[in-house]
Amino acid sequence: MTMAMAEAQKGFIDVRNMGVTFGANDNKVVAVESVSLNVQPGEFVSLIGPSGCGKSTLLSIVAGFVKPTSGEAKLDGKAITRPGSDRGVVFQQYSLFPWLSVRKNVEFGLKMAGVDQSKRNTTARALLDLAGLLSFENHYPDQLSGGMKQRIGIVRALATSPQVLLMDEPFGALDTQTRVVMQEILTNIWQQFKISVLFITHDIEESIFLSDRIYVMTARPGRIKAEIKVPLPRPRKAEMTDTPEFMNLVQELKGLIREESLAAMAPEIKDRGLSGFGMKVGPKGVGEIF
Amino acid sequence: MGNMASAKVVVLPMIDKQTDHEPAAVKPSATQDVAAVASPNTPAPAAAEIPVPEPEQIPTVSLTKVLRRLLAQITRERIITAALACVSLGALFLFWYLGTKYRLEFYIRFKNVPTPYEVFQQLTQVGLSNKYLVNIAISVRRILTGFFIAIAIGVPLGLAIGKYQRVRDLFMPVVEVLRPIPAIAWVPMSIMLWPNNEASIVFITFIGAFFPILLNTIHGVHSLDGVLIRAARCLGASEFRLFLNVILPGSLPHIFTGLAVGMGVAWVSLIAAEMISGQFGVGYFTWEAYSLVDYPAIVLGMITIGFLGLACSGIIRMVGNLLMPWLAFAPGGKR
Repeated sequence: MTMAMAEAQKGFIDVRNMGVTFGANDNKVVAVESVSLNVQPGEFVSLIGPSGCGKSTLLSIVAGFVKPTSGEAKLDGKAITRPGSDRGVVFQQYSLFPWLSVRKNVEFGLKMAGVDQSKRNTTARALLDLAGLLSFENHYPDQLSGGMKQRIGIVRALATSPQVLLMDEPFGALDTQTRVVMQEILTNIWQQFKISVLFITHDIEESIFLSDRIYVMTARPGRIKAEIKVPLPRPRKAEMTDTPEFMNLVQELKGLIREESLAAMAPEIKDRGLSGFGMKVGPKGVGEIF
Repeated sequence: MGNMASAKVVVLPMIDKQTDHEPAAVKPSATQDVAAVASPNTPAPAAAEIPVPEPEQIPTVSLTKVLRRLLAQITRERIITAALACVSLGALFLFWYLGTKYRLEFYIRFKNVPTPYEVFQQLTQVGLSNKYLVNIAISVRRILTGFFIAIAIGVPLGLAIGKYQRVRDLFMPVVEVLRPIPAIAWVPMSIMLWPNNEASIVFITFIGAFFPILLNTIHGVHSLDGVLIRAARCLGASEFRLFLNVILPGSLPHIFTGLAVGMGVAWVSLIAAEMISGQFGVGYFTWEAYSLVDYPAIVLGMITIGFLGLACSGIIRMVGNLLMPWLAFAPGGKR
């Protein structure tokens, strides 16, 4: 996809030289350092890295919750300054409004946009049907399982027809079996909507299965360590995870991530090595080794 | 005997509360959670299932069976609840009855305490008189006025304090200074402040209800999950919409806790204010009875206060259940 095409279509995320610093003076923590990345219109891009590497911070900036210390984030050429319905967000925590029925939850964004009741209703029901949850439209979120809640979270974010979908480890709280099913559902939904997705995860298989492109981040301060294209054909099927191409990508990413995960741990542990760590944990706990 | 009648009235609202609560809770899940249904609403989901069974089965038989089993469970549950209520109220009544019958004297003295029968007689004589009913009406009017002013100020202010740091910085010092002063301590000041007796009593009632409502509302906003606010912002909610559609409903459970507590404190404050500075009102009625050495009327006044307070908190709970049907499914179950 050329840049010219990218400009023509909607949903182009462009992050340049982004830096984020929390706190001041002695408590200063550099969370993200000179990160540049982009998501082309209609592209599915994952951001993967060890915990605490600032990947969620990056997503928060694109969503408009956090302002960067340096650099800028743009959506279709316009600087992002605050949250808006042009960017749908799916959170790791369940974020459905417990006081609204499932359908009213999906309608929420449309209601905020001033869409009239009958149109809201039609759109919400169509989306719930897509998520396979139409029969639960009058339930309350607390009556549903985690996987159902996240499916509703996804279609709720899609209801206002955003240009991009930002997903912050949306399946992190789900069990493995549910997660695999959810990944398939997500690729199906994504193929129908053809919108840009920025997907945060720490699950290697998940990022490969879903993405067109993967950014690997370093340990704190977070930088882009590598950019990997996923040449697997679409539509993706669960069986693909057993192909050699998939396995090779997993191996490649595992190597990249492992270095960073080790770097992310306390320097003491890194110096002594993991075996030393195991030996020295006495009955009084980890505190003894320091 | 007067109290036997009262015992029955006490049990009824509790059962009412359950029947009111469950249909509201069940409605949204009527077709899905048939197992969870334990209310008179059962015919509706049952009817929805009629087309499903295979032809060789006779649906009506199994349905009635299921219905009967459900009904049996309901009534057993209800009977136990009602029976226990009768036991606890009956024990209290028995203690009173025996104490006054044998004029017990063991540190506490039943010498002058009127018997249940005397109180019952008082009820039949005074109870339906104009004076008694007017006193009740005036107390209820004062409670409602003070309570609704407290809601009108306490809830919006609490939402604003909870949401905005600057509003909090501005108002909380005043709140922290005034809050420890009990409403009763406001009586002399209130008489000085307000032009007439009525306004000063309403003011004291307001003070009693205000702080619990305000503080619980603030707590409600603070305990709201931040991800819900972020989600609403992403979905395009304006600041005003955020208040109306997220912060208010999200804080509602805590607000209702504040209302229930506030109502209790309002009654305490009202009765005290009426006893000290009052003309009319149930508190005044009770204190006047004491001044006139009319012992049965004291007890009648007390029982009246008890019932009015019970009715008020019952209404708050009912309204709460109607407004917040989702709480029936919230983790941790029904409140």
